[in-house]
Amino acid sequence: MKKVFALVDCNNFYASCERLFRPELNNQPIVVLSNNDGCVIARSNEVKALGVKMGDPYFKLKDLLAKHHVHVFSSNYALYGDLSCRVMTILQQMEPEVEIYSIDEAFVSLPYTPGKLHTDYARSLKEKVRRCVGIPVAMGIGPTKTLAKVANRLAKKNAQYGGVFDITDSNQIDELLARCDVEDVWGIGRQSGRKLRMRGILTARDLRDADEVWIRKNLTVTGLRTVMELRGVSCLPLELAPPDKKSIVSSKSFGRPVSSLADMKEAVATYLSTAAEKLRSQGSAAGAIQVFISTNVFNVNQPQHTQSMMASLPQPSAYTPHLLKAAMHCLEGIFRSGYLYKKAGVMLTEIVSSGQQQINMFGPVSAEKPELMQAIDRINRKWGRQTVQIAAAGLAKPWKMVQAHTSPAYTTNWSELPIVNATS
Amino acid sequence: MIETGQKYTLGSSISEIYGVEQKSRVSLPLYSCGVSAGFPSPADDYIGQQLDLNDLLVRNPAATFFVRTAGDSMTGVGINDNDLLVVDRSLEPAHGKIIIAAINGELTVKRLVKTGTSCRLEAENPNYPPIEITEDLSCITWGVVTSVIHQFR
Repeated sequence: MKKVFALVDCNNFYASCERLFRPELNNQPIVVLSNNDGCVIARSNEVKALGVKMGDPYFKLKDLLAKHHVHVFSSNYALYGDLSCRVMTILQQMEPEVEIYSIDEAFVSLPYTPGKLHTDYARSLKEKVRRCVGIPVAMGIGPTKTLAKVANRLAKKNAQYGGVFDITDSNQIDELLARCDVEDVWGIGRQSGRKLRMRGILTARDLRDADEVWIRKNLTVTGLRTVMELRGVSCLPLELAPPDKKSIVSSKSFGRPVSSLADMKEAVATYLSTAAEKLRSQGSAAGAIQVFISTNVFNVNQPQHTQSMMASLPQPSAYTPHLLKAAMHCLEGIFRSGYLYKKAGVMLTEIVSSGQQQINMFGPVSAEKPELMQAIDRINRKWGRQTVQIAAAGLAKPWKMVQAHTSPAYTTNWSELPIVNATS
Repeated sequence: MIETGQKYTLGSSISEIYGVEQKSRVSLPLYSCGVSAGFPSPADDYIGQQLDLNDLLVRNPAATFFVRTAGDSMTGVGINDNDLLVVDRSLEPAHGKIIIAAINGELTVKRLVKTGTSCRLEAENPNYPPIEITEDLSCITWGVVTSVIHQFR
């Protein structure tokens, strides 16, 4: 049976999440800031209208946002993650084939009905998500993922479509593609966009009709795939089971500069714990670990130091104490006193599935306690991050990120539930 | 330590060694009756059935939210101050249901009363008058309350 793809995309997802338990914020301007309140990562339509761009640094916007009474939120990933999971669950309840593409996007495969728009059914899906989770979504439908993305853009940009657009059998496809800039085509990055523009390929339509040989030579087979997809030939199937991550990174900027090794060790231990928990949650073990530290590169008057170091583990491990030992070894190797560090991070690599670890013939086989790790992960899932943690991660965490505007973890913490009024 | 569950083949007199499988754990229900030799427990067929409050209280997990109340306007129906409400957004806000509504932007718990021509939100406490839903009032239904959990402190 022939299928079409629908791209379901949550509208201004983080802003919509913040509004769910604060209905008074509907139609009010909202921005959500990145970790450490650094820059803008989500905007409600009202804020987009003010000309605020994604990635704009918060400190430059403070006056503008205050002037327009914009509600500012630090990112609350506990809330966004939970609501994302609910949206995806509803989609999976309605349709058997759903690819979770990102925190706020999913591809859904729908049966193709020739000559008929799929918009009615899409609208019922959209309404179901809105009612059950309270998050508004837009849907674009097309014969390929790339065209579904184009359709989704059209659904969002044109109010008259009511958030759903089907490009599958459109007789206006030439015009629609001609109105889409080539950089806005899914899979075309900034660099490819520049190459295409130099060649006179300015729109999605130009790209669809481009010379295959030239595309293959200049944008590789990936670019050619995009061209075929624009022509309606599906080259990118749904990925129903996401592949396990090949590397896991946990890294953040500090709330204030860190100059002591003791504070730095706490920070690295904390990031390591987070990464190790992710590693265990996908049932893997890491064969190597990399630690990196960096001063503030924008602060040109300060002495600069950026370095990383990698260490192999005697055998792949997901056991926090063993990973920690390796991480501390790396950190001690690269840390220099006399610098104001702004950022640190941990990367776990050479990831293998826990079952397929090779036992090292010569290295010491030190005892691991997987049950202990399981117990810690369970407790932290139930009672919140860092309820139980390794002592090396510290308690006061003076280096911790600034998140001055975080909303409650409404759906994931018993003590932060939304309050409903019973006084009127 | 020998990798669990794996078979090792050796060349000498011992042909095979099996590692001990210790990975999976099976938790068995506690038998409440003593073991009486020779007579099987009549409850044997029923072991394994356990009660999970989620089955009773949460029909559609993806659409279910917990909220806490503040105030006494719903005491008549057994919803007290600081109680926990189970709210299912997937249900139709029908006549007579206890619902959460956003009234002028504030989440509020009320009983929904639909008559032929009008709609109003009633408190369950004589001290609070009903609220007619009119054009002027911004009122959006948020979800349907399915249970109240009152914990004694």
